Amino acid sequence: MSNLMSGARILLECLTREGVDVIFGYPGGVTLPLYDAIYDNPIRHVLVRHEENAAFAAAGYARATGKVGVCCATSGPGATNLTTGLVDAMLDSIPIVALTGQVSSKLIGTDAFQEADTFGITRPCTKHNFLVKDIKDLALIVHEAFHIASTGRPGPVLVDITKDVLMGMAHYAPVNEIHLPGYKVVTEGHAGQIRRAAQMMWEAERPYVYAGGGILAASASPELQDLVETLDCPAVCTLMGLGGLPGSHPNFISMPGMHGSYAANMGMYECDLLIALGVRFDDRVTGRLASFAPHARVIHVDIDPAEIGKNRVPDLPIVGDAKRVLSKLNRVLKELEPEMAGKNSAGRKAWWGQMRAWQAEHPLEPVFAADEIKPQHLMYEINKLSGGKAIVSVDVGQHQMWAAQFIRFDEPRTWICSGGLGSMGFGLPGAIGAQMAHPDKTVFCICGDGGFQMALPELATLANQGLPVKVVIMNNGYLGMVRQWQDLFYNNRLSAVQIECFPNIELLAAAYGIKGRIVQSPAELVPALRAALDEPGPYLLDVRVTQFENVYPMVPAGGAINEMVLAPPQPVAVPK
Amino acid sequence: MLMTISLLMENKPGALMRVTGLLSSRGYNIESLTVARTLDPSLSRMTITVDVDSRLRALVIKQMNRLVNVLQAADLSDSPAVMREMVLLRIRVTMENRTAILKEAEIFGGRVVDSSVEGFALEATGDPEKLEEFIAVMESYGEIEVTRSGMVAVSLEAKRLRLAPPIPKSHGETVEAS
Repeated sequence: MSNLMSGARILLECLTREGVDVIFGYPGGVTLPLYDAIYDNPIRHVLVRHEENAAFAAAGYARATGKVGVCCATSGPGATNLTTGLVDAMLDSIPIVALTGQVSSKLIGTDAFQEADTFGITRPCTKHNFLVKDIKDLALIVHEAFHIASTGRPGPVLVDITKDVLMGMAHYAPVNEIHLPGYKVVTEGHAGQIRRAAQMMWEAERPYVYAGGGILAASASPELQDLVETLDCPAVCTLMGLGGLPGSHPNFISMPGMHGSYAANMGMYECDLLIALGVRFDDRVTGRLASFAPHARVIHVDIDPAEIGKNRVPDLPIVGDAKRVLSKLNRVLKELEPEMAGKNSAGRKAWWGQMRAWQAEHPLEPVFAADEIKPQHLMYEINKLSGGKAIVSVDVGQHQMWAAQFIRFDEPRTWICSGGLGSMGFGLPGAIGAQMAHPDKTVFCICGDGGFQMALPELATLANQGLPVKVVIMNNGYLGMVRQWQDLFYNNRLSAVQIECFPNIELLAAAYGIKGRIVQSPAELVPALRAALDEPGPYLLDVRVTQFENVYPMVPAGGAINEMVLAPPQPVAVPK
Repeated sequence: MLMTISLLMENKPGALMRVTGLLSSRGYNIESLTVARTLDPSLSRMTITVDVDSRLRALVIKQMNRLVNVLQAADLSDSPAVMREMVLLRIRVTMENRTAILKEAEIFGGRVVDSSVEGFALEATGDPEKLEEFIAVMESYGEIEVTRSGMVAVSLEAKRLRLAPPIPKSHGETVEAS
């Protein structure tokens, strides 16, 4: 058997070896050789309707599985359209490999048709990127790309491949070894530091776990739960970490930060030991850094040494993979338990008493009204139907915050959310990626009426693939989060935030041959959601909610985390 | 305050861009940058002089070390290191001041690398302050044109170079799934 193959086939061989089962992409001139090879290859190709959504869908797939998501675009505009999705994956540390076509190597730099400097443009958008100009390098680079994307702190890697490489022929020999001498990943935490951390944890009176996306990236949910139960301390999961600890776990408080619960943020402020696990002390969590967890000593576990001390200098840093560090830490904690657990039991009991008091004082409770659907009510009903199990892919804005507040996630990788970059238009392609990965799971896509329209082309993908995603549009007629800020910080001068001309969703769905329904009254809400769930295919729900509802609690940008603006009485905004 | 960074990195296309991108994305202006390959031709040594907020120095070094192509990045600002710069200077001379210029150049350890009726091309190395003086003195004699190499530095501390070992790729392997 000859192993003389085209570059395109070598590429697909490598993808197969990496376990790739689906590619989200959009073909074009220079990727023709690749698409010719895909034609009779078992790897599925999902034709998206815009390349940005190929990257988002690949990230949705990666977020839902932990595997590397793959997207593909042609040179020039195809590649530049990917960039938002790449940066999105970069900020949330999501493993994706983006394959882009490039003009023939002889034409690079001549302003050839559909030429763009993809390698240069995507350098700051990726964890690493490659330009392949020689077919001999192709296989090695593809495997290096997957290794870099999926190990250490995961992230997007782009491989730009010239057309002559895709078309050229070479003898393919499977790669046996990759060597990246500068790519050092520390996975095992320092044993001495781990022991000290365990001692600090037992010594603390008010320990507090602050867990983030790193828990999911490391698949460390069981270890996190073990830690929280051994210490019996309160725990918060960030927007990126939701589902890392089951939402129904008695020690789980809520999400902290700008729209975190009162208890979660007061806990952050008052704790004496902050156990930060796979987090990056993002400004949306910490508020004003100087007054973040001011009484606490900080233990920071992260796989990326550059995160240690970036925003908050920890008292005890541990560089390593969260799963490995936590499993060792749990062992030491249990070893020390008989000797140390009793020491602070009174203080710890008082700490729990304080946490429960804060929860009772200002609980995160949904709001209901007789004559209109409150957005919180919508999330409350979705939560009931999900039972902690459904995959929920959200867009960006108010609905995202309410979903994070009111929908419970009992399993990791069920909350699909653009956190760091906050990319509107992520929700629908994210849901497509997640549903492709889990065809049998219930997938909700919750969008605002703004973000939904940014992803509109993907309705065709949804219908085309027959994916049973339940698209729930929380329609308040406004770009709600921007309107909220204009309301609170710009004297309610509502500038360019009203979304008029929203399409009739029933007609729109029908135009794609799928089902859709407009929901106006609270009484219709549950039957409509149930009808959507009973439908074997995709379903669009346009849920008309209260127009001028704000998300609370809110830590104003730059404010201290304990200085939250709580829910009304707030003057209700009136449009100008 | 100026910071001197020494980097050992893979000699690959784009590697320079990754390092400088990390600085330019923060709006930092690079004062000088030199790069050339090492004894091992697959590696390059780079010296960068750049003004970095002192609180961010450690972070910048960590982020440079995070780059896949960078084997080692180190801040030489406060550690024992030899730092030198080279200057090439062309000066127009008259018959009258020829000897004086040569004497003056000698004081700075300068060397004549080209001589003609119109003037000299001189070469000098040293620390930047010394070279500033050299340039100022030469300027007093007449019209000059100057090219500076930018700082090159070598650390006087033996730093252990930690490299990632090769990773075997087993056949039929699939990427870890959770």
